[in-house]
Order: sequence, then C-alpha cells, then structure tokens
Amino acid sequence: MNETRFRFLNEERKRELVKNWRKFSSNPLSIVGLISVLIVLFLAIFAPWVAPYPQSWGRWVDFNNVLKPPSWTNWMGTDNFGRDIMSRIFFGFRYDLMMAAAILVMVVPLGTILGLIAGYFSGTFIDTIIMRVTDVFLAIPSLVLALAICSLLEPSLFNSMMAVSVLWWPWYSRLSYGIAISLKNEYFVQASELIGASTPHILFREILPNCLSPIFTKMTLDVGWVILIGASLAFVGLGAQEPIPALGNMVSAGTKYMPDYWWMTIFPAIAIAFTILGFNLLGDGIRDLLAVEEV
Amino acid sequence: MSEEILRVKDLIKFFKTTQGVVRAVDRVSFSIQKGETFGLVGESGSGKSTTAFTIMGVYPPTGGEIFFKGVKLTGGVKSRPLSLKKDMQMVFQDPGSSLNPRHSIGQIIELPLKVHKLYENNRKERVEEILKMVGLPLDFTRRYPRQLGGGEKQLVAISRAIASEPSFIALDEPTSALDVSMQAKIINTLLRIQKELDLSYLFITHNLSLMRNVATRVGIMYLGKLLEVAPTSEFFIKPLHPYTKMLISSIPVITKEEEKLKPERIISRGEIPSPVNVPPGCAFHPRCVECQEMCSKTEPEMIEVEENHYVRCNLYIDQSK
Repeated sequence: MNETRFRFLNEERKRELVKNWRKFSSNPLSIVGLISVLIVLFLAIFAPWVAPYPQSWGRWVDFNNVLKPPSWTNWMGTDNFGRDIMSRIFFGFRYDLMMAAAILVMVVPLGTILGLIAGYFSGTFIDTIIMRVTDVFLAIPSLVLALAICSLLEPSLFNSMMAVSVLWWPWYSRLSYGIAISLKNEYFVQASELIGASTPHILFREILPNCLSPIFTKMTLDVGWVILIGASLAFVGLGAQEPIPALGNMVSAGTKYMPDYWWMTIFPAIAIAFTILGFNLLGDGIRDLLAVEEV
Repeated sequence: MSEEILRVKDLIKFFKTTQGVVRAVDRVSFSIQKGETFGLVGESGSGKSTTAFTIMGVYPPTGGEIFFKGVKLTGGVKSRPLSLKKDMQMVFQDPGSSLNPRHSIGQIIELPLKVHKLYENNRKERVEEILKMVGLPLDFTRRYPRQLGGGEKQLVAISRAIASEPSFIALDEPTSALDVSMQAKIINTLLRIQKELDLSYLFITHNLSLMRNVATRVGIMYLGKLLEVAPTSEFFIKPLHPYTKMLISSIPVITKEEEKLKPERIISRGEIPSPVNVPPGCAFHPRCVECQEMCSKTEPEMIEVEENHYVRCNLYIDQSK
C-alpha cells in the first residue's frame, strides 16, 4: 500500500513537471534563453578543456600572433599580446558568472531577510528603520554609487563585487517586504500566531517559502544585470584587473585599438550581450510560468 | 449553573480609517458556558467576525474585558501566554488561505503539537489519530493543500484547531465558503467532536437556519452592537427585537406548517449603514418598523426581559426584570 501511494505521488509530480515544461516551452524565446544560458554555463565550467588556447587566459605573450584578425586558427582573432580572444571569452564567462553568483549569494539572503522582518513588523519602528535605509540606497543611482565605492577602495574584482552587493540588496528587501506585508494578514499566518508559533518559525517557515518563487525569478533576471554592472565597472577600470579575462576589461582593453582591430572589442561585447540576453529571456520565461501558476 | 468558559464584558474594537472611526464592536457583552455553542448572527459588516478576532487577540481590543476561565486576558495574541493559546483556537472562514500552501497536511497538523510539546515521542501517530477523528484518510499527511477540496481543507483546519486539545474554539463562518453537501459534513463533524472532546464553541454565521440547528444560545449583532441574546428555541419562536423579527421572518420556508411557526412577515427595508456613521440613538431605528420618536435620541440599554433573554430595544424598556 505504501508503494502504491509513493508511485501515485511520483506520477503526479511527473505530470506537473511535464505540464510546466509545456507551458515554459510554448514560448520560443524562453527556449532561446535556456539554450544560451546552458551554452554559457557549459563554456564557463569546461573552459580549460573547450578553449582552443587555454594558456591565453593569463599572462601569456606570443609576439608572432599579435592582433591577428579572425581566421581559421583564431576564430575571433588575437589581442595585443597575441592571446586568443575566443579562449579568453570562455574564461571571461567564468569570471563574470562567478562574480554574479557570489554577489547574489551575498545579497539575496541579506535583502530577503531584512525585507521579511520589516514586512512582518510593518507599522513598527523596525519597519521604519529598515525600509528608510533601503529607500536611501534605492534613491542613489546604482552605477554612481558603485563607481564611488570602487574608486574609494583599491580597484579589484573583489571590491567591485562588494560595491555591487551594497547597492543590490535593497531590491530584494523591497520585494520580500511587499510579499511579507500581504502574507502577514493571510489566515495561515494568523493561525500560526494563534497556535503560538515563534516569530522565527512564522518568518522562515510560514512566510519565506511563499516568497521563494518571485525571489528566484528576480535572481534569474538579475544575473544579467549584475554581469552588466560588473562589466561596466571593469570597463572603466574599477573592476577586475589585467590579466584576469573579465569580459568588461576585455572590451575596455580593445577600445584603444578601435576601429582597426575591431575584433578585440566586438567579440567580448557580443559575449556580454549574449549572456545578459540569455539570462533575461530565461528569467522572463520562468516569471511567466510562475505568474500563471500563482493566479 | 455550569462552568463558565468565556465572559466578554463591554468589549470595544474601533478601527481608525481615513473616513473616520469604524465602530466595529461596540460594548458587546456575553458569556459562554462549558460545552455550549454560542451563536453570533448578523448581516455582513455587523462586527461578528471582528468580535471573534478580538477575543482571540488577532486585534488587540480598544476597551472592555475578556475573561477566559476566570482569567482576564489583555492585549494581543503575541503578549498572551502559551498555555492560553493551547486552550483557545480558531477556525477561519476561508479554508483556502488558512492552510500554508507550502506545507503538507501532516506538517500543518503537527505544528500545534510541536509548539506545545505534546506527544513528543509519537507525534506521527497522534496526527493520524486526529485525522481519523475528523474522518479524513490517513494518507492525507503527505498531501498538500492544493490537492484537496474546500471541505477537506476545512476539515484539516479543524484538525489543526483541535490538535492542541483546546477547550474553546471560535468558528468564524466555517461553512460559508463551501457547498451545501460539504456544509452538512463539516457541521456534523464539528458537533461530534464537540461532544467527544467537551468543547465550547463561539459559532459565527449569517445563516439563520444553520444557527437554529447548531447553537444552544444565539446573539444577534447589528452595527457592532449586540441587540438580542436568547436561548435558541426562544430566539426563533418568540423573538423580541424588531430586527430579529425581521430577519427570522425573512428565512425562506417550504411548508405551511413552517410558515405558521414564523412571526408575521416583516418586509426588510434599507441596508445596513456604514459602521463609520452609526445612526444616533438606537442604531437600528432608520430601518425599524416600530420606530418611535425616542429611538432616534436615546440609545436603549441591554435588559433582561425574561430569564436568559436579553434585548436592547426601547419597546421593552419598562419590562425589565
């Protein structure tokens, strides 16, 4: 009897998955997004094996092949040190994705928890303090703030990550604040209050699980934006430094050689656009899926 | 006289809004005896749900006193002791939103056991026992609320309420969101577990026919005020307040015999006014067929006209016992 029940639940879950996949794949753009993200992830993870010239990622000079245009040996050309652009882009995916992941890992829990607390205690001084601080951070244009922080600190990959984190958490506290406020008056939250459940239980076991799908969707959409802002910082020289092949400083390095050696700038720029577009399309697809499910 | 579980004295709950102060509950007094079902009826917006929420502490009261088993309750639910929360529980109107969609039924019913440290060694068995008590299949523990129908969800909400072994449950329109066949099942279950577990109910509904079958005593609310409190049989056969008469005469019946039992037909006129602008004097006077001059000026007090039969109406002002 136990086994039949298990099979029943399993089959139900499978049917739900199939249903969700159909809904997701009915929009071709979502599929494009998913495939782009998978390609980027694959290239990033397996960069040392996929890249045709893996030694190109770092301090490597090959004066015989400096500034070669795209050819069959170097599909995307070489840069001013003779390094293969395509190999460097693959490693660039690595750094940019790692940066985005590290930033989101820092920012999402922090912002979400602050927003949850403020939303659950809405109307009290806790709410006022947390949300006014959030508002101050939201009021300052994010790129300006990031530039200010980065220029105060030593320009490096780590510091640019800190700068982006500082300006990114308020979005998550805003999001979870809104959800917490609306869930706080739901009967199931009131019921757990009447039972006598502790505040941490109500925050993290009752309210938080119901915030996860919008937060997850926002995360997917945000990967693109975080990469963009990281690339912007790298472009103005405040992010990752040479010889780290972050996509932003590859574009930046190439601008000095424009327009004659256009491949040095254009291919990394396309790589950035491809990554951001992929994550955004995927995020949109996921958002549509969850929005439909929730109504 | 039997043991008194709950006594509410001059309970007041006002809400401040941009349009003015909403007098949701205005000096409401009643008591509930052990094993009794006290029914609160009234139109939408009469403050009957707010009364229950205020007693449970979801809203802290603006004024008045609540005594539970002789102990005075103060403030909102968060400032009340845990033992009290174990002893009084609530079932909400909408079973759809009263269960967390991310928790399995087992987790939902287990929560009160965890919080109150009950059956620490055999919680799973206890959850199954409770499910059996309300007549739900045992494999529900692994299901999620979205896989259940409305009536089943409400039975789960009832299971959660009885899990902490309370002596008092506030039922806020527990059947109004369900279809009729399910209503009967829920009501039968509620009455059965009331006997089995010796529970006292505060039963809130706007369905008078249902009230007649469920309640031992009935109170009728209008614009936050209790207008009449009487034992059920008396309430339906010999209502005193013109508002009660109006409502009871509006219950649809099928047979002539039933028609004879009812007081003469009084056509209801007007609608319940906004609780922001409560009419002066008796709140009901603009709709009352027996309205007299004094009704728009003096507000009547609650008086005991017959034993256990209280009414708040100027017509009976000199019949006080």
